[in-house]
Amino acid sequence: MSKYILRRALGLIPTMFIIVTICFFFIRVAPGGPFSSEKKLPPQILQNIQKKYNMDKPLMIQYVKYLTDVARGDLGPSYKYKDYDVNFFIKESLPKSMLLGALALLLAVILGIGTGMISSLRQNSFWDYLSMSVAVIGISVPLFVIAPVFMYIFAMKLQWLPVAGWLDDGGVKMLILPVVSLSAPYFATVARLSRASFLESLRSDYIRTAKAKGLKTSVIMFKHVLKGASLPVVSYLGPAFSGIITGSIVIEQIFRIPGLGRHFVQSAFNRDYTMIMGTVIVYSLILVIMNFLVDVLYGYLDPRISYK
Amino acid sequence: MKKFLFAFLIVAVAFSAFANGGKENAAPAAASEPVVFNYNNGTEPQSLDPAEIQGVPEHNVYMSLFEGLVTYNPETLAAEPGLAKSWEVSDDGLTWTFHLRKANWSDGTPITAQTVVDSWLRFLSPETAAVYAYLPGMIIDGAADYNAGKTGPESVAIKAVDDYTFQFKLNGPAPYALGMLSHYAFAVVPLHVIEKFGSKWTRPENIVTNGPYKLVEWQPHDKIVMEKNPSYWDAASVKLDKLVFYPIEDENTALNMYKQGDLDWIETVPDAQLDSMKLDPTYHVNAAFITYYYEFNTTKAPFDNADVRKALSMSINRQELVDKVTRGGQFPAFGLTPPLANYPAVVAFKEDAAKAKELLAKAGYPNGQGFPKTTILYNTSEGHKKIAEYVQQKWKEVLNIDVTIENQEWATYLDNRQHQNFDVARAGWQGDYVDPNTFLTDLLYSTAGNNDGRYSNPEYDKLLDKAATMPDGKARMDVLRQAEEIAIGQDMAVIPFYYYTRSNWIDTNKWGGWYTNILDVHPFKNIYKK
Repeated sequence: MSKYILRRALGLIPTMFIIVTICFFFIRVAPGGPFSSEKKLPPQILQNIQKKYNMDKPLMIQYVKYLTDVARGDLGPSYKYKDYDVNFFIKESLPKSMLLGALALLLAVILGIGTGMISSLRQNSFWDYLSMSVAVIGISVPLFVIAPVFMYIFAMKLQWLPVAGWLDDGGVKMLILPVVSLSAPYFATVARLSRASFLESLRSDYIRTAKAKGLKTSVIMFKHVLKGASLPVVSYLGPAFSGIITGSIVIEQIFRIPGLGRHFVQSAFNRDYTMIMGTVIVYSLILVIMNFLVDVLYGYLDPRISYK
Repeated sequence: MKKFLFAFLIVAVAFSAFANGGKENAAPAAASEPVVFNYNNGTEPQSLDPAEIQGVPEHNVYMSLFEGLVTYNPETLAAEPGLAKSWEVSDDGLTWTFHLRKANWSDGTPITAQTVVDSWLRFLSPETAAVYAYLPGMIIDGAADYNAGKTGPESVAIKAVDDYTFQFKLNGPAPYALGMLSHYAFAVVPLHVIEKFGSKWTRPENIVTNGPYKLVEWQPHDKIVMEKNPSYWDAASVKLDKLVFYPIEDENTALNMYKQGDLDWIETVPDAQLDSMKLDPTYHVNAAFITYYYEFNTTKAPFDNADVRKALSMSINRQELVDKVTRGGQFPAFGLTPPLANYPAVVAFKEDAAKAKELLAKAGYPNGQGFPKTTILYNTSEGHKKIAEYVQQKWKEVLNIDVTIENQEWATYLDNRQHQNFDVARAGWQGDYVDPNTFLTDLLYSTAGNNDGRYSNPEYDKLLDKAATMPDGKARMDVLRQAEEIAIGQDMAVIPFYYYTRSNWIDTNKWGGWYTNILDVHPFKNIYKK
């Protein structure tokens, strides 16, 4: 097992190297640059700026310098927000997105598995149809519709919750609307996935054996069905977790949350090269690590899988 | 699975405890409750360092934290004494002498004439690479050469005559020089703090300021919190205790916060809510110094032909466009420069569908036949799209020509425009200072950097050259007017559509010291609660 972990960890290095290299050159193919502006800069001014940011040097030299900086953990200055560097923005915003994403995913998993369980036990009942209809709505209605609707109902009309802001504006209640909105599509997917795999599990031989032994439904469901049926949910959760904890620009903009999600989108529009690279590196790292954890979890959940 | 969930829970609880740690509760309402003003600044400022900024959100922060030699009158925007209490000009109009008041930074360090000299030199230094270095470069003798690295700082004609007397020399007559000095390109900055903290000098824990407010908190992409600066020379006139700027980009969220009283002033609302919000009693609308126009690529046929350009322009119904499409009370434009007190709008042409058809036929495309494939380029935005669709439909209806419309993401659109990689492109321009020159010279002078359509007419250039040497007054305005008649009336170098208006929602029964004006600049120093 430890050998396996070591091998996977070493495999991270070439993966990251390839991602960084491709991204570094690709973003420079896009027209314009970080200092494009509608009022065209006089050539002298542009020259001063390029010199300041080492952009007057050949691209290969910039690339080597960037790689050395990244290897030392320095993601460079932001070209757009000049008083801070990329490390600062990631350090400030990632924990916020992580908190929001983790809570939303937690909610989605608890509600989703619960719903899936009820649906599978009472297949084709009213509750099954109701919960699966809700799930379809969750999957098909985009966040930029769900979030403003929630805001309109709970903040504007009922005045139960604040409109927008982060913890320092009003404490934990600031989290409710964004967490619930963000969890909606994930809840829907988890509910559908778990319903399907519960159904499959319920029909399998080992559950029939358990039933024949006269075990209680609750023991069968939580001890036997849940473990076997959670495999598809777990493999979905790996990438979903990487996606959700790195932020959603839609939720962040609507609820005024200073998270990481906005940087993924805005840095590309701003041609803020270092910020783009920073977000790509963070996202890839989390994704690779999550996939690794999912693989390890597989071994635990399914005794047929083992790693050497 | 349970272990997995438990891990989630630990992470979540740990973070929420951590994030809640610094929370401060608002003090209970007391007799002297602090006056707080909440403003949506629209987006996160790029920087707080005056040498690193461009744009309106940055300017709003600058005006609140810093003050140069002169500052704005909130109503007229005319230059008012700031750090300088008075000034005089030599007879030839070139040498300006400023008498500074005895003012301090918020840490108590005195500001002297040498501070002004050092601040300006820092701004101009090629290593600082300030975008707006071209502004002092335009008017101060020797400034452009130093910025270009051709000479040293000693060549810049600025000096500290004594501790509280500062002097500079212009490189030629510039009637608008005084008004320019309130721009951040002429900022005074705390060099003692910059030397100590380097690029981290603008952090709340390091920064010192000399403006009406001081910075107490800055959470990027969340909020900027400022408080009244007690060491400001005119602190007695500053009535707000606390000023909070939010960088909210979602118009719907900002509007909801405004309706709930979480914001005191917003400048935009979602298009779908515009009609109802125009009836809101806190709505203010005013003319802005901005023109919306379409640019022709005059380097290629058929747009090198003035008759084609005129036909395309005359076939538009601008009143209909502003009433039905843009709906913000904009003013139809028949010239390039928005109207000013001393420069009423030029009406260079008339809309005339019959004449437009005739001109198109004269150019060799009777009833639109054989008109080359044409695309209208605009940067991705609902508003620009609606206008492009209107124009597309109008050209089909009146001239029987088919054009396609294409949206591009901002940086790509700019790149294509600046490399003449377009037929017709959407454009907008806001004047940098209150003078027609900022439109006529900056946009259409044959060698101007922003002349993306590459319009060129020696007669037009000659008139602008002539106006540049004339003293301010009616004669100069007449020459500029003549030039505009040529560029638009005779040549139709671009298609003007409308002069912008600016909308604001602020309850002026509650807040005083806030006025509408043509540059839409609203100094926060003057805002008070009624």
